[in-house]
Amino acid sequence: MSSSEHRAAETIQNGLGFERPLLEMEQKIAELERLAQSTHLDLAGEIKALQERLRRQTAEVYGSLTPWEKVNVARHADRPLTSDYVQNMCDDFVELHGDRVFGDDRAMVTGLATMGDLRFMLVGHRKGKTVKDRLACNFGCAHPEGYRKALQKMKLAERMNLPIVTLINTPGAYPGIGAEERGQAAAIATNILEMFGLRVPILSIVIGEGGSGGALGIGVGDRVGILEHSYYSVISPEGCAAILWKSGDKAPDAAEALKLTSGELLKHGLVDAVIEEPLGGAHRDPAGTYVRVRNQIETWINELRGYEVDELLDRRYAKFRGMGLPLASPIEVG
Amino acid sequence: MAWTRFTKKKDMPGGLWIKCEGCGSMLFRKEFEARHRVCASCGYHFTLPGRDRIELTADEGSFEELHVDLFAEDRLGFVDRQPYAEKLVATRKKTGENDAAIIGNAKILGHDCVLAVMNFQFLGGSMGMVVGEKIARAIETAIERKVPVLIFACSGGARMHEGAISLMQMAKTCAALSKLRDAGGFSISVMTHPTTGGVTASFASVCDLLIAEPGALIGFAGPRVIATTIKKELPKGFQRAEFLLEKGQIDRIVARDAMREELARLIAYATGAPFSVVGGAAEEAGVEDGAAGAVDAETGGGDDKKKSRRAKKPKASRKTAAAEASSGSDRR
Ligand SMILES: [Zn+2]
Repeated sequence: MSSSEHRAAETIQNGLGFERPLLEMEQKIAELERLAQSTHLDLAGEIKALQERLRRQTAEVYGSLTPWEKVNVARHADRPLTSDYVQNMCDDFVELHGDRVFGDDRAMVTGLATMGDLRFMLVGHRKGKTVKDRLACNFGCAHPEGYRKALQKMKLAERMNLPIVTLINTPGAYPGIGAEERGQAAAIATNILEMFGLRVPILSIVIGEGGSGGALGIGVGDRVGILEHSYYSVISPEGCAAILWKSGDKAPDAAEALKLTSGELLKHGLVDAVIEEPLGGAHRDPAGTYVRVRNQIETWINELRGYEVDELLDRRYAKFRGMGLPLASPIEVG
Repeated sequence: MAWTRFTKKKDMPGGLWIKCEGCGSMLFRKEFEARHRVCASCGYHFTLPGRDRIELTADEGSFEELHVDLFAEDRLGFVDRQPYAEKLVATRKKTGENDAAIIGNAKILGHDCVLAVMNFQFLGGSMGMVVGEKIARAIETAIERKVPVLIFACSGGARMHEGAISLMQMAKTCAALSKLRDAGGFSISVMTHPTTGGVTASFASVCDLLIAEPGALIGFAGPRVIATTIKKELPKGFQRAEFLLEKGQIDRIVARDAMREELARLIAYATGAPFSVVGGAAEEAGVEDGAAGAVDAETGGGDDKKKSRRAKKPKASRKTAAAEASSGSDRR
């Protein structure tokens, strides 16, 4: 099996079966390009036609992804991670470690960042690139010390009068013995509460997985954005399926029911903007993705700078206070 | 984060006897209810329905319920094995409640407060738009009235049927608590069995005082999720109130029969109102009892004899304490 075939097989196994025709076409184009080079045949016309067909089919496939397929795009092994944004979107980054109490959670990265003439505190979930990294980062599942580190750095940002940018990408906060012993729930709750009082602008962008409280623990933003094929949910589709359907196999149904896609979140007023991804998803064009996220951050920071601090805080409060207002009378079901 | 199902209670209505989940004893229903669902032989604290909690906590006739008419809406068109909209109607009918939280103005031994209780009978006490809104409004009422707010948590977490809307109730409730703090208000969270997921990871963990009932399961993730993740057996007493006390996560463990006086006393400390302890020695013993939870935790949390002693402690006279307290003014 060639490496690209291997990759295709792996991709399909990961719930990305819809990528198969695209990968096959990409493979064919690459073969033709190689052939053209080695034989000096003029295949430009054929290649161009295939590329056009690929573009159309990619648009078609990615324009009609099911929620479950989107969840798998959000988890795609090649999807840009927080560390990629740090490296490719920021012009400078000074990592700051540790929560000053217990440890330095690798699943959360924090530091001073520069982007053009903007400076800010960057806080983000870290999933890790290599197998070793992923293990060290607990696959992006932070412990309480991760949330406490995030808060300590966000408070530092407040003192330094720097805006805060959080990049959300976690399956959820880590469910483990140590995490419970050290107050996982309290750490998240404290972050949420404290973020309402931070006297600097806060931007949050869901770049992959927005897994429940572990996401919200760094997600109380004056502006919350979400990349098109990311998800944000109260529970993982697998977890929801196990509880409500009594079967983990029903994750696709749960993903559908949870309305966890970017479009649904926008519709329900739970995020402020959906950041469109390049054709075929962020993993097909990371560079194009960084530009879009960078533009969104610049626009928002400049916009939020216009507010008096008290007004900023009032608006932040009002936004979340107004989410999910109940009805004054019941709707009867016929 | 989300609401998980807990083992179905064996205390189905109608039965004459109930099997204790703590020690397995068969308990006579009438006595069990007279003891506010605490096992007479091992002190196990069963989940208490919301209305019973109010009756046990608030002075007789003092509870004025607020914001009764708030109703959840099935905004996502959520269907698992039954449409959420239908589930809501059926649960309202079955429980006689509109949703999983009840809030109102109350007096506790004469001390004014806002009381919020969660009702596990309503979809596992899960937090959706109504619970979030009611907790926020309870806190806001406390700010307006300049009185403390007491919240009894009892919930499996966020209500999955409302998707990310329920997730955002964590932010909504914490936002209200941050306002309370800015306004110089005071809050007490009492975590009862069970308190997990998005409720623990929001308002229940960030009040000024954190109290728990003995043996209450309190945590972020459910024990089954953790066991599956780490592929190990969980330590004995893990995520129980005594475990949390030992790990420094909560302020006190208070037994159900001592809760009312304890809360009145804590409110008095917060407001500056006078509070005299009636029947001094008995109350002192009550204080020691709270600390006994720590001892329990050290020995693995399973010391049944200690618990049963606690459960049988006589109560101090409520009437006299109430009269004493109401003569004082609530300062803040
Ligand atoms: Zn018992």
